[in-house]
Amino acid sequence: MLITAPKFKENAAKALVDKSLQKALGNVERGFVAKRAKAAAALPEFDALRDAARDIKNHTLENLDLYLEAYEEKVTAAGGKVHWASTAEDARDAILDICTAANARTVTKGKSMITEEIGLNDHLEVNGIHPVETDLGEYIIQLRGETPSHIIAPAVHVNKEEIEADFRRVHTHLPKDRQITEPTALLSEARVVLRQEYFNADVGITGANFLIAETGSSIIVTNEGNGDLTQTLPRVHIVVASIEKVVPTLEDVSTILRVLARSATGQDMSVYTTLSTGPRRPEDPDGPDEYHVILLDNGRSSMLGTEFQDMLRCIRCGACMNHCPVYHAVGGHAYGSVYPGPMGAVLTPKLWGIDQSGHLPNASTFCGRCESVCPMHIPLPKMMRHWRERAFEAHQEPAAQRYGLKLWAFMAKRPKLYHLATGIAARVMSLLGGAKGRLSSLPLAGGWTKHRDLPAPETKTFLKQWAEGKR
Amino acid sequence: MTSETSTRPSPARPKVGLFVTCLVDLMRPAVGFAAARLLSNNGCDLAVPPEQTCCGQPAFNSGDRDDTRAIAEQVIATFEGFDYVVVPSGSCAAMMKVHYPELFAAGSNWRDRAEAFSAKVFELVSFLTDVLKIEALDARFEASATYHDSCSGLRELGIHDQPRKLLSGIDGLTMTEMKDPDICCGFGGTFCVKYSDISNAIVERKAANITASGADTVLAGDLGCLLNMAGKLKRDGSAVKARHVAEVLAGMADTPAIGEG
Repeated sequence: MLITAPKFKENAAKALVDKSLQKALGNVERGFVAKRAKAAAALPEFDALRDAARDIKNHTLENLDLYLEAYEEKVTAAGGKVHWASTAEDARDAILDICTAANARTVTKGKSMITEEIGLNDHLEVNGIHPVETDLGEYIIQLRGETPSHIIAPAVHVNKEEIEADFRRVHTHLPKDRQITEPTALLSEARVVLRQEYFNADVGITGANFLIAETGSSIIVTNEGNGDLTQTLPRVHIVVASIEKVVPTLEDVSTILRVLARSATGQDMSVYTTLSTGPRRPEDPDGPDEYHVILLDNGRSSMLGTEFQDMLRCIRCGACMNHCPVYHAVGGHAYGSVYPGPMGAVLTPKLWGIDQSGHLPNASTFCGRCESVCPMHIPLPKMMRHWRERAFEAHQEPAAQRYGLKLWAFMAKRPKLYHLATGIAARVMSLLGGAKGRLSSLPLAGGWTKHRDLPAPETKTFLKQWAEGKR
Repeated sequence: MTSETSTRPSPARPKVGLFVTCLVDLMRPAVGFAAARLLSNNGCDLAVPPEQTCCGQPAFNSGDRDDTRAIAEQVIATFEGFDYVVVPSGSCAAMMKVHYPELFAAGSNWRDRAEAFSAKVFELVSFLTDVLKIEALDARFEASATYHDSCSGLRELGIHDQPRKLLSGIDGLTMTEMKDPDICCGFGGTFCVKYSDISNAIVERKAANITASGADTVLAGDLGCLLNMAGKLKRDGSAVKARHVAEVLAGMADTPAIGEG
C-alpha cells in the first residue's frame, strides 16, 4: 500500500480547510467519546478488567511462540490449515494461491485492517479476482476508491450526501427515482446489493479480533452480521490475522471482549461475536469446505523484547484516535498510513520505516488522553517518544531544528551562559512588546505568531529580579 | 534513600527549593513571585537556587536522550538537598517526578538519586493541598474565571480537584466550568511551532470554549498552555484575561494579565 505519511503536513493542511471532513470529524468527537465514557462509568469493574486484559496480553506476548504453535496445532486438528507469512508479500501470495486453487472469481470480505495493511484488494484485482467489501463502511470507501480513515469506522469521513451520490453512481441498475436520502434507506440499498454478492462469492476473507490457542478458533466482532455471511456461505474461508492476535483461552477472550466494545463504540458487546473453528464438519448445517489462516508477522516479532513490545497489546478499538485532539483536527487520511491516530503513529514507523513516517510520532501534543482511555494501558505517548529518539539518533529531523535544540541544550547545561542569554531575550522581547505587552510577530517565531500573539515578558527574568532582592 | 524521605516526618519548617521553570523565569516572573509568596507564607523555608535553568523537557520530547540526562543530572544535583522541590507547572513537575527516573538504568547510582529526588518533587498547587494540607487561602480576586486542566498535571500527576478547591475559597471569585476543560489546548511544547496549523485548530476550539463559558478570566497551572491560550485570545481580540493560578491564590493578580501591557 502506498503511504503518504511523508506528506503529513500537506495532508493536514488540506484536511484543516476541508469543510465536509471537518463536519464529519465532529461526529467522531461527539459520538464515540460520550458513549465510551457512559459505558465505562456503567461498569464498576471496568478498570479492573483493563488491568486483567493487559496482563493477559503481556503473558501471551512473553510466551508468544508457545501459544502460536498451540494454536496452529488446534487449527490443524479441526481440519484447517495455517500459513505462516513473514511479510505482507508472503501473505498476499498465500491468499492468491488459495483463491487460484479454488478457481475464485469473486471474494467477499469482512472488515479487516490486516488486509488493508497488506494491500490485498489491489493484489486480487490485478490478478483477476474481484474483492467485495461487505462491511458498510468498507463498502462505501471501496466504491470511492479510498482507504479507511478510522480503524473501526472506515468511512467516518464521508457524509451521507456523499454516500447517496456514490450509490447513485455505482448502483445504476436500480431505479433512478428511488429515495435514498436517509441513512436507513442507504443501509437497505447496500444490503440488497451485497446480498447477491455473498451467494456469488467463491472465497470469504475475514480478519480476526482474536485467535484462541486453546481451541484453534478465530473470533470476529461486528455490528452488521456481514462477517457471518462472509465466512459461512463461500466454499473457502480465509482468516487473515497478525501474530499478536492470539490469546490463550476462551476465558481470556471473554475478559478482553468486555473492554473492547465499551472502549470502541460504548456498546457492552458488539452485536455479533462470531467464532469459527475449522471447516464445516459433517454434522454442521453450513460452513466452508476449506478453512485457512494466514498468520502474518510483518515486523511484529521484531518489536518483541524492544521498547515497542507494549504496542502488541493493541486490540484495535480505536479509542486512542477517538480521544486524540490531533485526529479530531485532521482526520485519519492525513496520517497517510493504514493506521491513523496515536496507535498508527506507533505502528506505522515499524511497518513502513521511521524515515517514511517521522511526522506521525512527532505530530502529538503528548496530552496523554489516548493512554488514559486505552483499554490495554498502552503507554502511547511514551512509544511515540521512543520513535522520536530513534529519529533523533538517525539525524533525521531538519538540520535547523537539530542545531537549534543542540544550542539550547548547550546553554541549558551552562547556567551562567543561559542566564546571560535569557536576560537579553527578556529585554529585547519586552521592548518589542511595548505598552501592549505582546508581540504580533517575531523573527524565527513564525510558527507561533502566524496564529497567535506572543505575550511579552517583563524586562528582567525572574532569577535576575530575585537575585536583586525583589520578593 | 527513597524510603528514608518518604517515612521521615515533615519537619516543622520544610526546606523547599523552588524550581520556577524556564518559561516562568523568562516569560512571566510574576508566577515565580506568586509561588514564592505562597510557599513562604505557608511555613516553608524557601530557597531559589540561582543556577537553575530548565527541566530538560524540550530535549526529552525531541528524542535527545543524552542532553536530557545531562540536564536532569544537573537539576537533581542542584535540588536533591531540599526536603521538597516545588514547581509551578504540572508539565515540568511531571518531567521531574515521573520521567527523570526513566532516564537512568535500573540499579545505577543516578537511578537511585533520581528516584529519591522524584519523591520530593511536587507541582505547586498539589504541594499546597496534598502536602501542606491547606484547605483555604486568604486572598481576594474580583473575577469570574474558568479553569483549564493542563494535560501533564491532570493525567500524570492527578491534579484536578486541588486547584478548583483552593480557587473556590478565594473572595470575590466566581468559578465556572468551560466545556471540555480537560482537553489539550494544542500547545504541546515544540508541537505548537512544528505543527503550527494543527496547534491552531486545537487552540481555536479551546478559545471558543473559554469564551462560551462566559468567564472573564482563564486560569491554568502551566505557563506554556497559558501563553498559547492568551496568545490566541489576544490575536482574536478577545477581552478574556489569562493568568496562572498561583497569581490568584497568592493574592497577586493585580498586575497586567498575560499578554497585556
